[in-house]
Amino acid sequence: MPKDAGIQKVLVIGSGPIVIGQAAEFDYAGTQACRSLKEEGVCVVLVNSNPATIMTDKDIADKVYMEPLVPEMVREIIQKEKPDSLLPTLGGQAALNLAMELWESGFLAEHHVRLIGTTAETIRKAEDREAFKETMEKIGEPCAPSQIVYTVEEGERFAGQIGYPVVLRPAYTLGGSGGGIAHGPEELREILGNGLRLSRVGQVLVERCIAGWKEIEYEVMRDGNGTCITVCNMENLDPVGIHTGDSIVVAPSQTLGDREHQMLRSAALNIIEELQITGGCNVQFALNPNSLEYCVIEVNPRVSRSSALASKATGYPIAKVSAKIALGYHLDEIQNAITKKTYASFEPMLDYCVVKMPRLPFDKFLSANRILGTQMKATGEVMSICTNFEGALMKAIRSLEQHVDSLLSYDFTSLTREELLEQLAVADDRRIWVIAQALRRGISYEEIHEITKIDPWFIDKIAVLVEMEEKLKNLPLDQELLAEAKRLEFPDNVIGQLTGKSPGQIRQMREEYGILAAYKMVDTCAAEFEASTPYYYSCYDGCNEAVSSRDRKKVLVLGSGPIRIGQGVEFDYCCVHSAWAFSREGYETIMINNNPETVSTDFDIADKLYFEPLTPEDVENVVRLEQPEGAVVQFGGQTAIKLTKALMEMGVPILGTQAEDVDAAEDRELFDQILEQCQIPRPQGRTVYTAEEAKQAARELGYPVLVRPSYVLGGQGMQIAVQEEDVEEFMDIINRIEQEHPVLVDKYVQGKEVEVDAVCDGQDILIPGIMEHIERAGIHSGDSISIYPAQSISEKAEETIWLYTKKLARALHVKGLINIQFIVCQDDVYVIEVNPRSSRTVPYISKVTGLAVVDLAARVILGETIRGMGYTPGLWPESGYIAVKMPVFSFEKLQGADIGLGPEMKSTGEVLGIARNFEDALYKAFLGAGVRLPKHHNMIMTLNDEDKELGKEIGRRFAKLGYRIYATWGTYRALQEAGVPAVRTGKISQESPNIIDLILGHEIDLVIDTPAKGGQHGRDGSLIRRNAIETGVYCITAIDTAKALVESLENAGHRSLSPVNIAG
Amino acid sequence: MKAFLILEDGSIFEGRSFGAVKDVISEIVFNTSMTGYTEVLTDPSYAGQAVVMTYPLVGNYGICREDMESLRPWPDGWIVRENARMPSNFRCEDTLEHFLKIHGIPGICRVDTRALTKLLRSKGTMNGMITTGDHWRLEEVLPKIRAYRVQDAVERVSCEKAYRLPGKGKRVALMDFGAKGNIMRSLQDRGCQVTVYPAHTKAQEILETQPDGIMLSNGPGDPKDCKEMIAEIRRLYDSGIPIFAICLGHQLMALATGGDTHKMKYGHRGGNHPVKDLRTGKVYISAQNHGYVVDMEKVDSRVAQVAFQNVNDGTVEGLRYVERPVFTVQFHPEASPGPHDSAYLFDEFVQMMGGNV
Repeated sequence: MPKDAGIQKVLVIGSGPIVIGQAAEFDYAGTQACRSLKEEGVCVVLVNSNPATIMTDKDIADKVYMEPLVPEMVREIIQKEKPDSLLPTLGGQAALNLAMELWESGFLAEHHVRLIGTTAETIRKAEDREAFKETMEKIGEPCAPSQIVYTVEEGERFAGQIGYPVVLRPAYTLGGSGGGIAHGPEELREILGNGLRLSRVGQVLVERCIAGWKEIEYEVMRDGNGTCITVCNMENLDPVGIHTGDSIVVAPSQTLGDREHQMLRSAALNIIEELQITGGCNVQFALNPNSLEYCVIEVNPRVSRSSALASKATGYPIAKVSAKIALGYHLDEIQNAITKKTYASFEPMLDYCVVKMPRLPFDKFLSANRILGTQMKATGEVMSICTNFEGALMKAIRSLEQHVDSLLSYDFTSLTREELLEQLAVADDRRIWVIAQALRRGISYEEIHEITKIDPWFIDKIAVLVEMEEKLKNLPLDQELLAEAKRLEFPDNVIGQLTGKSPGQIRQMREEYGILAAYKMVDTCAAEFEASTPYYYSCYDGCNEAVSSRDRKKVLVLGSGPIRIGQGVEFDYCCVHSAWAFSREGYETIMINNNPETVSTDFDIADKLYFEPLTPEDVENVVRLEQPEGAVVQFGGQTAIKLTKALMEMGVPILGTQAEDVDAAEDRELFDQILEQCQIPRPQGRTVYTAEEAKQAARELGYPVLVRPSYVLGGQGMQIAVQEEDVEEFMDIINRIEQEHPVLVDKYVQGKEVEVDAVCDGQDILIPGIMEHIERAGIHSGDSISIYPAQSISEKAEETIWLYTKKLARALHVKGLINIQFIVCQDDVYVIEVNPRSSRTVPYISKVTGLAVVDLAARVILGETIRGMGYTPGLWPESGYIAVKMPVFSFEKLQGADIGLGPEMKSTGEVLGIARNFEDALYKAFLGAGVRLPKHHNMIMTLNDEDKELGKEIGRRFAKLGYRIYATWGTYRALQEAGVPAVRTGKISQESPNIIDLILGHEIDLVIDTPAKGGQHGRDGSLIRRNAIETGVYCITAIDTAKALVESLENAGHRSLSPVNIAG
Repeated sequence: MKAFLILEDGSIFEGRSFGAVKDVISEIVFNTSMTGYTEVLTDPSYAGQAVVMTYPLVGNYGICREDMESLRPWPDGWIVRENARMPSNFRCEDTLEHFLKIHGIPGICRVDTRALTKLLRSKGTMNGMITTGDHWRLEEVLPKIRAYRVQDAVERVSCEKAYRLPGKGKRVALMDFGAKGNIMRSLQDRGCQVTVYPAHTKAQEILETQPDGIMLSNGPGDPKDCKEMIAEIRRLYDSGIPIFAICLGHQLMALATGGDTHKMKYGHRGGNHPVKDLRTGKVYISAQNHGYVVDMEKVDSRVAQVAFQNVNDGTVEGLRYVERPVFTVQFHPEASPGPHDSAYLFDEFVQMMGGNV
């Protein structure tokens, strides 16, 4: 059936800020779908509060609203734009819930907007636990015995019947928030109580625990004519019990025979047929490893993280096809974009093996609980492709960029056999390394399987790698052994370590023997049909099929790898836009990246895509084949920057700002010289290597000081030290990882923090805008609320900022982008950090100013000038909007993580509030970040001494808004002094009812808890904050944030939510 | 031990020997199924051919005897990238390697199967030789390889004499041209009483038993080699008894009723082929294994109408005969391996015989 002519204008809802469980995969899906809709001539209206995304670009949709994803806002947009349809299946759970709310309230019907892609009835059947269970029963698909409960007592009764352990799954929550496995009544009460509160509908499913079964997923598609196909099946290496988002996943399934596979495939198709899904859908099964018994775990009637993975693993563009189905097309009318010979109504066949590994944030949150369970904790993921599983696993490991490159990277050699067996029982991010060690220790497959429930097939594959380590250590390295090690994707440096040779020697041997990486194509059809889509992966056991063209100039774009805190989707935005810009300038673009969630790894973004780890060796293999004219590293975050030296050694020119200038910005002494030359003041600082030197430097500078390693992103390892003990502690943490570069100790200056991004052509600069942070210096810029244009900076200071930016950009010979952070005290301006590359704020500033910053930078890199492109150097005129960028955190997912803000970045995503005035913009930003106050008009304040003064004023304003303020002793006294009514509450150590009881009483709207600076964070504060977060209470740890919030609340009553379309 | 695959165009692929050690010349075909190697190995339609599996990891779950589609494996040779050294599955009873060994089938692993598949795709199905020695001389072996032709394959795989399977419902005469076990099971599951007849059985013998329906099975080789069988099938057609035919059976019925067949460049072998039901427009994913196909142009619409068509290449996938209760499909509704999406066609056959499902 051709396109439904009744669909002319479609509202697409995005997924909002990036949080754990809902990440870049929805930017990928949304972008692909919007492009797919536009190509059918449909007018696309997009709403998404996340400014870092590609989908919110004005060339992706016709109308772009970066507005909070709340019903009242979407209602405004619908009234203004009058779309005929709403597509809710591309923005994850967030969009689905929002669409359901609008539908249930009758608003959509009233405004003649129909849901396309899926019906409300389908969503209800798949998402509502009771309805889902009934539906499964009706068609005879088994679910684990379960019951929906609305109270803790009900849950206890049912668990008593079916026996512990039980799994608890709250309805309508994200990434399994609030769920868990309860082994006894006490645990049940705790998890269930929390889950009931987090569920939008107050429902939690209590279910028989099938932990230990195999977890198998199917990505299925169905069109309006009832044609059903499966795109891909995936097997989790980890058994049921570990969230699939945190599991190592392999595609296709490896340990299932055709009988098991077809049984589950038929069940999946049965289910989408019954649910009448039109579009993509994810079905998760648990399969008993010792029988053909299975259970349906979950159905997601929308595109998902797994569908992004399946799309990248197979080459089948699920989001694009889903969008076409939503418009009325049938699968056999939609062309397979890869083969261009076949249609979407087929099932991809893989002739390779795909491994996905989660990127877990425990390197950021040292105190967080590393154990993996039903609550997802990963911030991102990597994918790798190889002709064998072992190779794919090895590639995935080194793609993580977590100082791991083999199964030797975590050292468990000191554990006794018993300790090792105990460690095997702990499923955390290091589990495969523990298994490797167990194998080295001679522990049998059976024993390992018994403890971990990981299928022996996977254990054997790990054993293959361990055996290779032994061979490399003990046997002479001949051609055959080297070829086999490379077939298993051992990197040269690991082979070198094990054989006592240098990586260079290994490479030389490989060249002599002709053991070189070959590239194979991902073509959806296992070579059955000819395909021309240049999507490649490497292997060492076959012939090369990637053809390097020689007729066009080529540029290599290095991606930014997995999404992690400090390096999020904004760098993917920059990579994609630079690829587009180079392409427009006539270059052939070659992308290397390993993140399956992102737009950059879609097969039609760059001219060629190499899905590979971003290590020097892997990049060199591509370079050897492609011989690019140059590489750009300034868009791919720290991942790409780190490759600069290696690229230069390979003889690849770095396009844009030169490596030595990047070094100059990072090297303390060189940078100090440049500042001096330019006569720019900066807080005093020193370069040190040891704790002794650091303490010496701190004494000279005077406390407080900032301590941080150089060459880091997102302030990793950066801390404010107020005393010697802090310096010692921080140096110890920093030096746990071998440092190639020195540690910086700086005088800590308090003032307004201001940030600019600028394009520089070597001579002139163009500053799109100046951004001011609400939180004062000391809190990482990525965690600060940022306002464009700056609101409280004097004209003189602005002038100085412009001047310093220009001087620095020239002195560093910047060609492309530069990001500078300043501290402003009245008219005085200090430089605190210079990054001669693209930054986290580039997408946001591009959108609010309407200036295509990455495009301009790319053209400058290729030799154009700012004047030549028709721009007047200097500060770009203000756009007339105020835009507030608000960080969003995922603390509730990371048990044990300290949520106090400081110089180390902790947020996972951001939202934008945009309006004609500051108050409205701020209000929208809070709303978008999920802060919906007031509820009970109760709050808790517990402030450090420095914040008490400002705290009094803030307290007064909250009290005026009708808030009852509970305060601990010191804060209480300060408030009393200022005449602010407050209720004194006991510390944790004191008798009940104390502060924790208050929080657990579920009647607190807000906790303002500012931790004392330095490393000596009180245990109390951290407990208070954790309890607040885990019970869903909004918790502020910086006094300036509290001020902004009260300001926003004061204005809340008379705010209009008029939507702003940035696409003009 | 090293092993080589030498193709008739002179290309040589090097790998390692596994399974039986012997030289063999055969027709090399590729199958894109990612699971179901046991079913592929035991599908009699592969008699006279050596199979390349495009999925690189084969043998992962070992050999489960209940997955066997016949009593033994049929291919002349078995070509994979990686043979699993340790299978894992609760149903596993044997390793792939041992299974090949005891049945005398030479395997070759560590072959760049993707490069091989691309070659077969671009040049078309070719003959080849699997050998372990390196004493061969190309100019000597190439003429032998080129001379190979799949012959009398149906005779080899068909049963020797008729036998009856338990059942109480509709009486089905199954012509065994190399029938896969799941055809019998699919009929039995629907209560049919199945009698299996050797391929050379005369029509008269079958018609004398007055079956409720006749099933023509899948099988190996060029349908045009089965001249005598085609003549008998014409008689079955004329009888007016409901007939359902799969794969080779479908081709033979077309030839018996004035249609034609031809050899495809590299055939359809795998579990992902989309076939469109032309009445409803609905597409089913089907299991396929055929190197020959019924000519679209030669289908006389007065005799038969195209009921199913391949979405990828537009070839004939099913015929509904106009004047007789005869329905034939090129694909495999019995799956094994592959999707069960079209299993409902067995229900339709039962209905054609006047039975209830």
